[in-house]
Amino acid sequence: MYMHPDHVCQSRPGTHSCVVPWGIIVDTPEPLRYLCPMIHVENLVKTYGSIVACSNLNCRFEEKKVTVILGGSGSGKSTLLRQVTGLEKPDSGSVFFDGVDLTRATRKTVYEKRKKMGMLFQGSALFNYLDIYENIAFPLREHTRIADSVIKNIVTMKLEMVGLRGTEHLMPSQLSGGMMKRVGLARAIVMDPKVIFYDEPTSGLDPISTGVIGKLIKDLNTKLGVTSVVVSHDIASSFNIADKIIILYYGDIIAQGTVEQIQNSTDERVVQFITGSPEGPIAFTRSDTSYIDALLTDNDQKT
Amino acid sequence: MNLDIAAAIGRSTLSWIQITGRSGVFLFIALFQAFCRPYRISRLIKEIEFIGSKSFLIVFVTALFTGMVLGLQGYHTLTQFGAQALLGSAVALSIIRELGPVLCALMVTGRAGSAIAAQIGIMKITDQFPALEMMAISPVKYVISPKIIAGIISLPLLTAFFDLVGIVGGYLVGVQLLGVNQGVYFSKMISAVTFADIYGGLIKSLCFGLLISWISCFMGFSARATTEGVSRATTQTVVVTSLSILVVDYILTSLLL
Repeated sequence: MYMHPDHVCQSRPGTHSCVVPWGIIVDTPEPLRYLCPMIHVENLVKTYGSIVACSNLNCRFEEKKVTVILGGSGSGKSTLLRQVTGLEKPDSGSVFFDGVDLTRATRKTVYEKRKKMGMLFQGSALFNYLDIYENIAFPLREHTRIADSVIKNIVTMKLEMVGLRGTEHLMPSQLSGGMMKRVGLARAIVMDPKVIFYDEPTSGLDPISTGVIGKLIKDLNTKLGVTSVVVSHDIASSFNIADKIIILYYGDIIAQGTVEQIQNSTDERVVQFITGSPEGPIAFTRSDTSYIDALLTDNDQKT
Repeated sequence: MNLDIAAAIGRSTLSWIQITGRSGVFLFIALFQAFCRPYRISRLIKEIEFIGSKSFLIVFVTALFTGMVLGLQGYHTLTQFGAQALLGSAVALSIIRELGPVLCALMVTGRAGSAIAAQIGIMKITDQFPALEMMAISPVKYVISPKIIAGIISLPLLTAFFDLVGIVGGYLVGVQLLGVNQGVYFSKMISAVTFADIYGGLIKSLCFGLLISWISCFMGFSARATTEGVSRATTQTVVVTSLSILVVDYILTSLLL
């Protein structure tokens, strides 16, 4: 049976049926995994007190594609990433990873799925008491019984990939921010994950380091077929690496599509965001109260 | 005004109950995971080295001078009653029953407890716990459980070492400096100290070991993810653990006597 790769698979765990866009339900003896997105977010809601970080989000992260989640500070990008990776439980909604709803799965199942994930944290999250070699070898030592000589070769290969071979015996504190991100990336890919999550991979980096990280993300995707989910607010590097872009605005998805679709979007919010214009529908201040009122209230309180 | 005071008392009581409950659950999970596979023996040995071996010097100095002061004070007090022969038993009983477990625990709190809270707090603010989670490794099992078990193992060993050095300190002052008969010093000590005294001291040190590692880990783990939060957690660890040691010491002493 041939099906167009753009057809949306909505099969749920435990069922072996697919709904293609024109509404035909296709029953199959095995789940049609090759048609399903790698990660599928459904009606995701997450609030912190009165702040709505994710407001009924629906999105898909396709297999072997680079999806970039863009948005300003506080728009819910990192929150979405934490829900997708299972680091936090949403208030409601589902996150299907590889056919399993992570929000309802047992801890053991989540850990099994996490063995297929790698993550580069914003601050690299290297273990400061281990040197670079041990940081990268750490997941291998924890999850495999590979001999030390093989681990050494794997670590050398991963360090070569990120251009840091020869830094094995340095401590994380001896590295620059860009180098720490590359070591973090080497550690994220050491178990050859199917999906890599990047939380602000280029924040605080110089243009060359930004370019290097961007190229690494693209290379991992094209050469190893890794699915990548990148959270960023760096428009230029995102346009260079993305197959698909999702733009968040205070917990809502305001646009999603290919780079061309986003660049050609007529939505004023999208245009303002990608051009970085201070004038537009996206207000610089988040406060609901007026500035004059706030000043007067403060003065009243002081007197 | 009275209502405000009542509300404040109510809030702090509820907060205290909440923290106690959370710390209890935290301890239960950490102990439970410590006995689940895979056992992390190498992590446990590293933690015993950190809490135990690296505290040897500070415990040695504290014990030596505590024993020496006890020898000096004890000699002058007992001489007033012509009972300087009892110096050995006075020094040994004071150290084995009370001073050994309590002072050793306070020293370890200052050295290792604060460091544990700071280390865990820094791991938290630098995203090392989510990093472990993303590698399918439980942070509680990997970081917390070995520290708690190491505290329980290390403190009795350090206390036994403290007792020994303290008694030697008393001997140096009492026998070598002030001229108490060596045979009398040790024979009175042996006849006065019973197994129950040693056992009671070790029970106390076991409890203090658990308290130190539990409170330090919990404070670090529940610290706010800011530098100020880590600093506050470190200070609170020393204060809360020290006070808890003194309170629990009283309770245990009343139960063991």
